[in-house]
Parts: sequence; C-alpha cells; structure tokens
Amino acid sequence: MDFIQSLALVGGLGLIFGGLLAFAARRFAVEEDARVETICDLLPNANCGACGFPGCISFAEKVVSGEASVDSCIPGGKETTDNVCEVLGVESTGVDDKKVAEVYCLGTKDVAHDKFEYQGVQECKAALAFGGGFKACSYGCLGLGDCVRVCPFDAIYMADNGLPVVDLELCTGCGNCVKACPRDLIRIVDAERIGKYVPCSSKDRGKATREACEVGCIGDGKCAKVCPQEAITVENWLATIDSEKCDDCGECVPACKREIIKDVPKVTVHH
Amino acid sequence: MELNLAAIIFVAILANNILLHQFLGVCPYMGVTKRIETSVGMGMAVIFVMTIAAIITWVIYNFLLVPFDLGYLRTIAFILVISSLVQLVEIVLKKTNPTLFRALGIYLPLMTTNCAILGVAILNVQMDHNIIQTIVYGIAAAIGFTIALVIMAGIRERLDLVNMSSMLQGAGVTLITAGLISMAFMGFSGIMTL
Repeated sequence: MDFIQSLALVGGLGLIFGGLLAFAARRFAVEEDARVETICDLLPNANCGACGFPGCISFAEKVVSGEASVDSCIPGGKETTDNVCEVLGVESTGVDDKKVAEVYCLGTKDVAHDKFEYQGVQECKAALAFGGGFKACSYGCLGLGDCVRVCPFDAIYMADNGLPVVDLELCTGCGNCVKACPRDLIRIVDAERIGKYVPCSSKDRGKATREACEVGCIGDGKCAKVCPQEAITVENWLATIDSEKCDDCGECVPACKREIIKDVPKVTVHH
Repeated sequence: MELNLAAIIFVAILANNILLHQFLGVCPYMGVTKRIETSVGMGMAVIFVMTIAAIITWVIYNFLLVPFDLGYLRTIAFILVISSLVQLVEIVLKKTNPTLFRALGIYLPLMTTNCAILGVAILNVQMDHNIIQTIVYGIAAAIGFTIALVIMAGIRERLDLVNMSSMLQGAGVTLITAGLISMAFMGFSGIMTL
C-alpha cells in the first residue's frame, strides 16, 4: 500500500508540475526570429570567434538584429556572405579575398640552436615563461604547438622538424593561431599575393642572430640593394618585402647568402 | 515569537551562513563572483527562488507528505518541486525580463541543482518551522548567500588589480580567500548557533 501511495504521490506531483510547465511554456512563449537558426546553419559553425562574437549563434543573432555586418564571417568567405545576404534579402557585399596564416620563422630543430634542454609543460606559453624560452633565438618558434591546438579547422600541424605548417587549403584566416602564438610569429596574409618573403622574425643584431640560428635574417641589406622595385626594407636587422611592390623578379634570391628569401606559398582558391 | 524570528534571521545570515558555514551552493560562489554586478543578480535570483521554494516545499511536506505518512519521500519530492520551479522561473523571466535572463545566463538553470535551495527546504522541515518561520528562514538564508557572494566578488574585483605571484593567480587565490572569509564568519557562531 505504501508502495502505491508513494508512487501515486511522486507521479502525481510530476504530472502536475509537468502540466504547469507545459502551460507556462505556451503562455510565456518567446518568439524567436527563425532567420537566426537558418543563418546559423549556413555558417561554418566552427565557433572560431574571428567575427568578434563568442560563437556562430551569437553572430547569427547580431547579424539579424543588424549589429554585425554581413561580411564579418572570415572563415566562411564570400560564399557564406552571399548566403547570409540571401536569407536577409540584402544585396551581397562579399568580396573574394581569401586570407591565410603564414609562419614567419625558419628555425627548425637542426638549424636553430637551443639554450638549454626544456622538460616542462609542453606549451609555448609555459616554455616562454621559463627563462625566456629554451631557444637561443629570442624571436624563434618554440615548436610546442599552441597554434595547432587552437585551430578550429585543423589547418595547422607540427612538422617533424619542429615548425608548424599551415595547410593553405584548409586555412580560413580566422586568426586564432595569431592570437595563440606568444612570439607573434604568425601573420594573416592575402592568399592570392605573389612574390617573395623573408620568413624570419629575428630583430637581433646580425652577430647575435648568426650565433643563434643558421637561417636567421642578419639584416645585412644585400637584398635591399639589388631590388629594382625598392620593395625591400631592412629595419632592426630584419628584411621585410612589401608584397604590394614586389613583382617576383627574383633578383634578391641569389643576393642572400643565407638563402632565406622564399616564394610565398601558393594556394589554389576555389571560386 | 518575535525574538525567535530575530534569532532565525541572525543565525541564517551570519552564524550559520548557508554558504560559509554549511558549504551549500558553492558552485555559484566560485562561478559568478568575478564581478559584483553579476553576484548581486545571482543573489536576487536566489532570494526569489529560495523563498518560493521554501514555501512550496513546506506546503507539500505538511499537507501532502505528512498526512500520508510519506515523510521519507521529501528529498525526491523537493527535488521535483525545485527543478520545476526553476524552469518555470526561467520561462517567465525569459518573457518578462530578457536582460536579467541573459545576465543570469547559465546560473539560472544551474540553480535546478543548487544544493543550497534543497538544503534550505530540508532544514526547514528538520527544524519543525511553521510557515512564518519558513518564509523568514528562506529569505534570510538567501540574503546570507547574497552577502557571501557580494563580499567574495568585492574582494575578487580588487584582487584582479593586485600584482601577485602567477602561481596564486585565479583559482588558487580564490580558494584561499573563500577559506579566510569562511573562518571569519565562524566567529559569529560564538554568539548563537542553531
């Protein structure tokens, strides 16, 4: 009898409360804009945060309410912008400028020397906090993969030589790796640019760079002298090539004794 | 009677503070105390829910469970009441006050499983409170909860600006602070306790 009573009581309570909730859900229903869900489905849903909102659903809400601009989704690119515009019924403003991440360091394990052996937490940020990092070059890649772990698109991986490699097909240019790199070695660049670049970030004097790394830019300025376009500037013992001016003539490549002027990585953009 | 109520208020807020003395509902104590604003919001929600929950659970206990001699079912019955109540509050709040709903965010659904609320409901039954005492105890316990949250938030806001060892930053110093506040409140139990 006890059994039936307790069953009836708990079941009855559950039934009453369930009914009450069902009634309340109807009575106090909040009408949500159906477009929010539609737009959210069209987004990449990687929740990468490149648009500046905490996730795809918040971006969808903001874009419907007009607080976010329709072309804020960087990973989605033009295609997503077009789709979003179609849902919202506005003229598409999407421009096709795929961006990708590029790593500005050449210091693989065998050419960039270590100051000491590091056995701590295997994260770049942790390694950097310990004695300023274990690499002799105070600008070089520590190779512990902070950038790899934050990539929502699996577009960056750690090669065996200790440097991260960007898969340009998968990279969307969301910039999470840029924020994750404690040494600021990753930049977001225009995917379709051509020309040469110097993948080094060392601002040390030539001698110091030479001692720390076999492939660091020593800033002797020889490349700048031969460049017919005057696209190369040397500042803080580091050569930078202006991709706007560079016409890919290749004069600078033999001028560099350290052989570190490279072609910018090519990516096939799907239109 | 009046003295009794005053004693309940004193004990519930200070001496036997639900958070600092009985350690119920510690999740929001760590979770929403980053800023005073959010902790006040959470505190108000707890005051609201705890008072209603105390009343409803008291009614259910005394008019449903006791007459049928099913007092041993109170835990499950109270869980049922509280979880439905929180959902109801959530639905109503979403419609009537979206700003508060958004400010409370994840912590309103988390209140479904906030043991402080269940704790107050069960303590009321254990201490044989009448309906007035129940209401007073519910409100006072929730106020005590809010005070603890606000004190913690105030300290944490200042801690953010302090230059301290990276080893202690974040969770470490928060837990130490919680322990110290708790010990300070222990002093009140020398005056009166339940």
